[in-house]
Amino acid sequence: MENNQDKLLGEVTSGEYKYGFVTDIETDVIPKGLSEDVVRLISAKKEEPEWLLEFRLKAFRRWQTMKMPEWAHLNIPEIDYQDIIYYAAPKQKKGPDSLSDVDPELLKTFDKLGIPLEEQKRLTGVAVDAVMDSVSVKTTFRETLAEMGIIFCSFSEAVKEHPTLVQKYLASVVPYSDNFFAALNSAVFSDGSFCYIPKGVRCPMELSTYFRINASNTGQFERTLLIADEESYVSYLEGCTAPMRDENQLHAAVVEIVAERGAEVKYSTVQNWYPGDKEGKGGIFNFVTKRGICKGDDSRISWTQVETGSAITWKYPSCILRGNNSVGEFYSVAVTNNRQQADTGTKMIHIGSNTKSTIVSKGISAGFSQNSYRGLVKVLGKAEGARNFSQCDSLLLGDRCGAHTFPYIEVDNPSAIVEHEATTSRIGEDQIFYCNQRGISTEDAIGLIVNGYAREVINKLPMEFAVEAQKLLQISLEGSVG
Amino acid sequence: MDYRQEVTGRLTELWEGRETGILKGSPEIFNRYRTDAFSQFLRLGIPDRKNEAYRYTNLEKSFSHKYEKYFSPKPDDFREAERFHCEVEDLDVWNMVLLNGFFPRGEEGLAMLPGGIWVGSMRAAAKQFPSLVEKHYNKYAKNEKDGLVSLNTALATDGLFIYAPGNTVNSKPIQIVNLLQSEQDFFSQDRNLLIADDGARMSLLVCDHAISPQHYLTNTVTEIFVGRDASFEIIRVQNQHNYSGKITHTFIHQERDSYATSNNITLHGGLVRNATWHKLNGENAETHSYGLFLADRQQHIANFVKVDHVAPNCNSTQLFKGILDENATGAFNGRIMVHKDAQNTNAYQSNNNIILSDTARMDTKPQLEIYADDVKCSHGATVGQLDENALFYLRSRGIDAREAKLMLMFGFAHDVVKNIPIEALRDRIDHLVVQRLRGELSYCASCAIQCN
Repeated sequence: MENNQDKLLGEVTSGEYKYGFVTDIETDVIPKGLSEDVVRLISAKKEEPEWLLEFRLKAFRRWQTMKMPEWAHLNIPEIDYQDIIYYAAPKQKKGPDSLSDVDPELLKTFDKLGIPLEEQKRLTGVAVDAVMDSVSVKTTFRETLAEMGIIFCSFSEAVKEHPTLVQKYLASVVPYSDNFFAALNSAVFSDGSFCYIPKGVRCPMELSTYFRINASNTGQFERTLLIADEESYVSYLEGCTAPMRDENQLHAAVVEIVAERGAEVKYSTVQNWYPGDKEGKGGIFNFVTKRGICKGDDSRISWTQVETGSAITWKYPSCILRGNNSVGEFYSVAVTNNRQQADTGTKMIHIGSNTKSTIVSKGISAGFSQNSYRGLVKVLGKAEGARNFSQCDSLLLGDRCGAHTFPYIEVDNPSAIVEHEATTSRIGEDQIFYCNQRGISTEDAIGLIVNGYAREVINKLPMEFAVEAQKLLQISLEGSVG
Repeated sequence: MDYRQEVTGRLTELWEGRETGILKGSPEIFNRYRTDAFSQFLRLGIPDRKNEAYRYTNLEKSFSHKYEKYFSPKPDDFREAERFHCEVEDLDVWNMVLLNGFFPRGEEGLAMLPGGIWVGSMRAAAKQFPSLVEKHYNKYAKNEKDGLVSLNTALATDGLFIYAPGNTVNSKPIQIVNLLQSEQDFFSQDRNLLIADDGARMSLLVCDHAISPQHYLTNTVTEIFVGRDASFEIIRVQNQHNYSGKITHTFIHQERDSYATSNNITLHGGLVRNATWHKLNGENAETHSYGLFLADRQQHIANFVKVDHVAPNCNSTQLFKGILDENATGAFNGRIMVHKDAQNTNAYQSNNNIILSDTARMDTKPQLEIYADDVKCSHGATVGQLDENALFYLRSRGIDAREAKLMLMFGFAHDVVKNIPIEALRDRIDHLVVQRLRGELSYCASCAIQCN
C-alpha cells in the first residue's frame, strides 16, 4: 500500500496547475517601484478626484512607518516592495459599451477560465464583474440590476459616478491604518468592485467578481466595497485564479462590507491562485484584509471561503457585530498541499447585545504544507447575551505537513456563552478499508471522505460554486494521502 | 517613565553588586550560567503584553512596586517558620517548611527520608551530589522568549532540591510548606531542582501560604526530571493574599515509560501566573496537567501550559477550570505541540470558565500545533455561566438560589480537584473551595493577615 500511495502522491504533485496560462494582451504598465510619485501617477491615470488622492497619500505615508506583521505562523520570504509593478491595465480606449468592444484575446482568457461573461451570462444568470490585472474589464448584467436600483460596477466607475456613496463608506470598515497590507492597498489600489443594494431590495441574482493576475511582476491590489442598505439581501461570489509564473506575485486586497439594519450579505470566495510548483517555487502571496460590519440591528454577514490556492495565504474575514441581534458567520475550507502555507481564520467582535456568531473551519493539509487556523472571538462588556460557537477541525494527509489551531477567546461579559472545540486527526485506515472493500479505489475513497468532511462548508456555497469547489478539492488532494 | 526600564534598572544595580551579593554563598553551578542569562534577560526584558505568552497578563502592578529586599532570609527569620503547623487533618506526609522559597539551615546538608529520598537546599545538593546537579541544572528551563526565566537563572541563589535515586519509592508524600513572611516587601527568585531517577516514585505537595501582609513577588523556576519508568506527582496549593505576586515556571522533562502529573490549585493571590512545560522526550510517556482557580476582587490568575510531544506513542491531558467573580481577570494559554514523527500521539486539552460578575473577564487561547499525521488531538474551551436548567432543577427541589449556585460551582471545581491522588488533601481542598465560594476566609487559622 505504501508504494501505491507514493505513486499516487507523485502523480498529483506532478499534476499541472489547471489555470496556468498566460494571455498575450497589451497591458498599460507603469515602471516598478513605489513612491509618492507612483501613488500620484496611479491616481492621475485613473482620473481620480482630489479627496481620493489625499486618501491614498495618507495611507502611503502611514504605510512607510509600518512593518510587515510577523505574528502569523508563516515563513514569508522577504518582499521587495520596490520590485513590484503597482499598476497594470489591459490597454483600452474608453470603457466598452458592448462585448464586441472588448479585446477578443481577453474574452478568450475568460472563456478558458470558464467564467460566464458571454452567452453563459444568460444561461447561468450570474452577473460578473471581471477584474483582470487590476482594472475591471466588463460588468455584465449591469442594466438589469440598474432597474432595481442596484449599483454594481467597477470601483473606479463608482468613484466617478457615485462619489458621495464611495466617500461615505470607503475605509469605514477597514481604515487605511488598519494593518500593513491594508495601508499598502489603500495607497495603490487599482480597481475592484463596488456594490450598493438599496433599501428593501433583494438582489435577484448572485453577483460575481472574477480575479485573475495576468501580467508578470504585478501586484494586484483590488478593493471591494459592498453596501447593503436596510432590509436588503445580496449574495456575492468571488473567484480567483492566476497564471503559472516562477516568481511570487503579491496580492493584497481589501474587502469591506456594510450591512445596515435587517440587511443580509453572503460573501463567498473560491480562491484558486497559483500555489507554486511542488518545490514551492513561485505562487501567489495572498495577503487579504476582509471585514464586514453589521451596523444595524438584525443584520447578518456570512463569509464562506474555499481556499485551495496561493503559495501563502494570510486572510481573516471578520465580522464586527455592532447592531443588536446581528449574526456573523464564517465557514471555511482551507486546503494546502506541497509547500503551501496558510494562516487563515476569522475575527468575531461582539459589540451589540444578543449577537451571535458561528465559526466552522475545516483545514486539510498534505505534502509539506502548513495550515493554521487563527481566530478571535471577542465579547465586549456591553454585548449582553452574546453567543459563539466555533468548531475547527484539521485533517492531516501525510506525515510531513502541519495543522495548527490558534483560537483567541476574550470574554468581558458574564452573560456571554462562548464555545470552542477543535480536533486534529487523519483519515482513518478503517474508513479507507471500508471503501476499498466495496470496490472504491483508495484515491476515490479519499475524495469521498474529504468531500464529506468539507460538506458542512461547501453546502453554504451557491450551487455553481459548490460544484467547482468540490472539483477543486479533489484536484488539490488527489492521491496525496498517507 | 516605562516601569519596565525602572525595574530593569533596579535589577541591573543588583547584578552589578553581584560580587558581594548573589555570587557569595551561591552554588558554583548557579554562577556558571549567570552572565549569559542576565544578558538574555536584558535582551528580552520583562514580558509585556506584546509577548504572546503574556498577552493577557499585565505584570505592571506587581513589578512596578518598589521592593526593599531581593535576598534569601537570614537564619533568624526561620524561627517563626518552625512554629508553623499545617492544619490539614489526617494528612500523612513528610513535612518540610520553607521560608519564601528557601530551605532553612541551607548549610546543613541534605536529609534522607525513609525510602531513600534526599531533600534539602540546592546549596547543600551542589556539595553532596555535584555531578548530578551539574547533569540536570539549567538543562530543562530553556526558554528563548520569557525574560523572567533568564532573570531567575541570573539571580537565584538557592532553592529546593529533591532527589529520588533509581527505584526509590517515597512511602508517603512529601509536603513542602512555603511560608511567605517578611518584615519588608520583597522580590525573590528561587530555583528548584527535582529529580525522580529511573524507576523512582515520588509525590510532592507544595503549599504556599502568605502569613504577613507585605507585598511579595516571587519568580520561581522549577526543573523536574522524570527518568525512565519513573512516576512523579506535584500538587501546588496557592493561598496567598491580594498584594502578592507569584510567577512560577515549571519544566517537566520526561523520559520513556514515565508518568507525571501537575496540579495547580490557586485559591487566592493578587497576581498568579503558573507556567508549566511538559516535555515528553521518550516513547510511551504519559503526562497530565490540571489547574483550578477561584478569583475575585482585582486578582489576576493566568495559566500557561505547553505540552511538547517529542516522542511517539505518548498521551497527555490538560484540564483547566476557573471561576471569576467581581473584577477578577483570568487567562488561559495552552498549547499542544506534536513534533514530526511523534506518531500515535493522543493529546487532549480542555479549558472551562465561569464568569459570575459583569466586570470579571476571561481570555483563553487553547492552541494546537501539529506536525505529525497519526495523532488524535482535540481541544475545547468554554466561557459561560452556570446552567439555568440545572439551577432550576435544584431550586424546584427546595434548594435556595445561593446554595444551588454553590453546589453547581462546587461540582464544576471538583472535576479538577478529584484528580488529586491524596485523599486527605482532596477532601481538604474540596473544603477550601467551598469556603472560598461562600466568601469565607479560606485561610488556615494561623493566618495573621486579616486582609478582608
